[in-house]
Amino acid sequence: MSEKSYDFPENCRYTDSDEWVRLEDGLALMGITDYAQSELSDVVYVEQPEVGAQLEAGQNFGVVESVKAVGDLVAPLAGEVVRINTELEDSPELVNEEPYGRGWLIALQPEDEEAVESLMTAEEYLRHVEARSGA
Amino acid sequence: MSFVPHTPEEIRTMLERIGAGDVGDLFEDVPQSLRSNAKLDLPPALGEQELLSYIESQASRNVPASSVASFLGAGAYHHFIPAAVDSLASRGEFSTAYTPYQAEISQGTLQAIFEFQSMVCQLTGLEVANASLYDGASAVAETALMAMRATRRSRICASAGLHPRYLDVLRTYTRGLGAEIEILPLGDDGRTRPVEPAGDAAALLIQSPNFFGCVERTRGFAEAAHGAGALLAGVVSEPLSLALLRPPGEQGADIACGEVQSFGLPLSFGGPYAGFMATRQELVRQLPGRLIGQTRDADGRRGFVMTLTAREQHIRRQRATSNICTNQGLCALRVAIYLALVGRQGLRRLARDCFSLARYARQRLASAGLRLPYAAPVFNEFVVEVPDLDDRLERCAERGIRPGVPLRDFDPARADQLLVCVTEMNPRAQIDALVEALAA
Amino acid sequence: MTQARSGLVFEEPLLFERSRPGRRGLSLATPEVPQADPADELEEDLLRDDVEGLPELSELDVVRHFTRLSQWNYGIDLGLFPLGSCTMKYNPRANERVAALPGLAQLHPLAPDADAQGVLALAAELEDALAAISGLDRVTLQPAAGAQGELVGMMMIQAHHRARGEPQRERVLIPDTAHGTNPASAALNGMEVVEVPSGPDGLLHPEALEPHLDERLSALMLTNPNTLGLFERHVEELSRRVHEAGGLVYLDGANLNALMGVARPGDMGVDVMHFNLHKTFSTPHGGGGPGSGPVAVREALAAHLPIPVIRRDGDALALDEDRPQSIGRVHAFLGNAGIWLRALAYVRALGAEGLAEVTRCAVLNANYLQASLSDVYARPHRQRVMHEVVFSDERQQPNGVTTADIAKRLMDYGYHPPTVYFPLVLSGALMVEPTETESLESLDEFVAAMRAIAGEAAESPETVTGAPTTPILRRLDEVGAARKPKLRWTPEG
Repeated sequence: MSEKSYDFPENCRYTDSDEWVRLEDGLALMGITDYAQSELSDVVYVEQPEVGAQLEAGQNFGVVESVKAVGDLVAPLAGEVVRINTELEDSPELVNEEPYGRGWLIALQPEDEEAVESLMTAEEYLRHVEARSGA
Repeated sequence: MSFVPHTPEEIRTMLERIGAGDVGDLFEDVPQSLRSNAKLDLPPALGEQELLSYIESQASRNVPASSVASFLGAGAYHHFIPAAVDSLASRGEFSTAYTPYQAEISQGTLQAIFEFQSMVCQLTGLEVANASLYDGASAVAETALMAMRATRRSRICASAGLHPRYLDVLRTYTRGLGAEIEILPLGDDGRTRPVEPAGDAAALLIQSPNFFGCVERTRGFAEAAHGAGALLAGVVSEPLSLALLRPPGEQGADIACGEVQSFGLPLSFGGPYAGFMATRQELVRQLPGRLIGQTRDADGRRGFVMTLTAREQHIRRQRATSNICTNQGLCALRVAIYLALVGRQGLRRLARDCFSLARYARQRLASAGLRLPYAAPVFNEFVVEVPDLDDRLERCAERGIRPGVPLRDFDPARADQLLVCVTEMNPRAQIDALVEALAA
Repeated sequence: MTQARSGLVFEEPLLFERSRPGRRGLSLATPEVPQADPADELEEDLLRDDVEGLPELSELDVVRHFTRLSQWNYGIDLGLFPLGSCTMKYNPRANERVAALPGLAQLHPLAPDADAQGVLALAAELEDALAAISGLDRVTLQPAAGAQGELVGMMMIQAHHRARGEPQRERVLIPDTAHGTNPASAALNGMEVVEVPSGPDGLLHPEALEPHLDERLSALMLTNPNTLGLFERHVEELSRRVHEAGGLVYLDGANLNALMGVARPGDMGVDVMHFNLHKTFSTPHGGGGPGSGPVAVREALAAHLPIPVIRRDGDALALDEDRPQSIGRVHAFLGNAGIWLRALAYVRALGAEGLAEVTRCAVLNANYLQASLSDVYARPHRQRVMHEVVFSDERQQPNGVTTADIAKRLMDYGYHPPTVYFPLVLSGALMVEPTETESLESLDEFVAAMRAIAGEAAESPETVTGAPTTPILRRLDEVGAARKPKLRWTPEG
């Protein structure tokens, strides 16, 4: 039924829990995908980890809340949180407006950069989303 | 009695539309094996007049506070309720409304609860309050759970002056989560003894006035709590005291919680009452229960909605801050009406009257030779030692006096102690009669 | 067709904005004892000299304020309230008179047992009635709401397994159609929640339990009829398998209005259940509480009931606290007595046949709505329904009209909307529960409104998406409220 089209940039990798990851200057920047923000609708709050927290791959590290739903944030890679997007405290709507830009969530110092390669490509993730919403 | 409007003719019309032969056919999904025992074994139905006269006959076997000189308190207080509270709260638009999920047609409930939250903040000296919880006991339990979430610790330090029923409920609620509860003992003066910073505590719970009536120095625990990374919670079972006493929020407490029955809720054998809970702004997302917030409608007019609902069970399910799915809406409304009627000056005056009456009672009891074991100051409740308690209780019963709550019911070591509560419902003559009945 | 009309409704500020310095409301009595100064006894820093912000109003100010507020509310007293799973039936006025009797309303909860014989007798009577209705053995009236009842039930189940030397039984199976309180209550008690899928027919099938029937199974938490309004036909087999695996069966009694005099939960294999007295037993919802959520159990679990329990002591009744295997207390006193007394009045007024008639007519009404609306609103399931019927917005979606819009448009026709977007298993769910106290003409008017809205959705969708226009406010900005929470009044506004 869904005829919406989503933006899944080629320069990101994706998880089946709807996070994206992008390597920039040795850091793994991450956020939630266009599909995830659209499903959640207007984001009202983002709960973030503390800088310095050590995350395991697959670990829950926060939540994104909208008025009607709440989504878990799952770490796609193991690593240390080196930055968080503090702009979201006052402007959580950035997650909706620019999910791959100013709406980023955290930057990790990954334990193993290569691990990014095991995540889905944009094309694979698109098929994953279609399979779910077409069900 | 029956409240079903259907006539046999209408039932036939409806079955025709449905395409069923008779009403029994509608239950075809219920296996026959289950339907054999269905006949209920209940007493026969009563007409309205018979019903009321039957229940009145049972109610008349009780001895309510209004029919005797009652000095019972201990978490349930006999205060005067202005007529307008009953009259306004019994309006069907309030009492037969549902939880205000549909804000456009629930603004009455929403605004009243917003006013309730605001007044709880004013009374407790804290920044945000929820829309109420089941009662004071569950508010204390939810406070402990909130502190455990916020600190990710599981040790709760509770004063021995916490209402024993609140402590019981706290234990019940936290057992499944493996909390450890440490009791902070009282000193000889009836106040909680000062404590050293506790390294792994989630919260310190200090009730003031405490169960024995003594006003605590809550601020004295702030440093110990905060130094250890724990939250300090101020518990209140007699909220009228907040009109005279410095509130928890101004004594360094991070959370205030307790009971608001005193404000317009009848004793009603223990319920429905309403628990309250207030905290600092930065902890708002850890606060359990319903919250009402201000917003605008599509035309820019001010209105109110339930907000921050993503914390709640209907969205977050097993990861919700609490399983609570209601507040005590109509009770919170009564509290808002009561506080509006009594008002800023009236509440202080009433609190001072209760203090004065209780002081008179204390002085008279002491001059009659009875020992008041605690030296700490009190508000309107206090402990008195009554030698030969059973004999005195009997004497009181003969004279239509309920002199207080025997503390041996809570702690066998307190064999001859009574917890006496005095409110504006106890005129001087009742107090004089109490003193005479308890004196040797 | 009735349609909501706008009457004379007033703007009304907040109490604090109406307040005038020095204005008095209630006149207080003058105590005949010397005025005492708290500063004589209490340390200076423990006293406050004002409660800043509390309002100062006359009695008439307060009466007008809350009367005006009340007129912005919708309640059962105004019209049909088809809120699914909430059983918004008529709240008889006799119940209110019962709860207000001085012998009940003015009774102190710590009054000696001898002073409380009447209320204890009424409590015992209600316990017996709920046991009879559920087909279970023992009842506690203590839980203050359904969700607290669930918590008590989970605690008793946990205590039962532990007492039998099986503390590892901590896993609770909950169907995906369940109310959110079910998993929240189990989790609050530290138990592990496993969601089990319902089948395409909306029912729970025994096979769905198979992977979890092991030594970690604590309980199955079931709602029957379920939240799709369907009777769980396999309930006996579900119970049999759970029991064989050493688990217990918990019933969420939210939908008991469909079962009275038809089938008893105890006969379905249920071991523990809670009641929602504010649903099935006609006590007012009060704009969100107070409710009352008693719990019934089989004798095998009775040792774990919360304290106190009512015990017969010769001719007298007493409160028994000496029960070492009890889970403890969940309420300071005996729960919401003022509410369970109303429920007792209802049970005594109706008797066995009256309660059975309630169920028959509740199910008749729901099936009538199903038959009258299924050609215009989509319904995924074809079985007959019990007390409620769930539609979806599938047919209105292509025109850009959603369940939320239909809900808001119903307000313009004079109705509270149905439960929306629940159960979660059905996209765009509209869950309609008419209850037995609505008459045929009342149902027909509602049907006409629903059909009119379906017509509007097809021909002028903007009428529906722009609704409501009749209530005092239009759609409210929930997103703004959550992003910048303002939860109290402040003088700055």
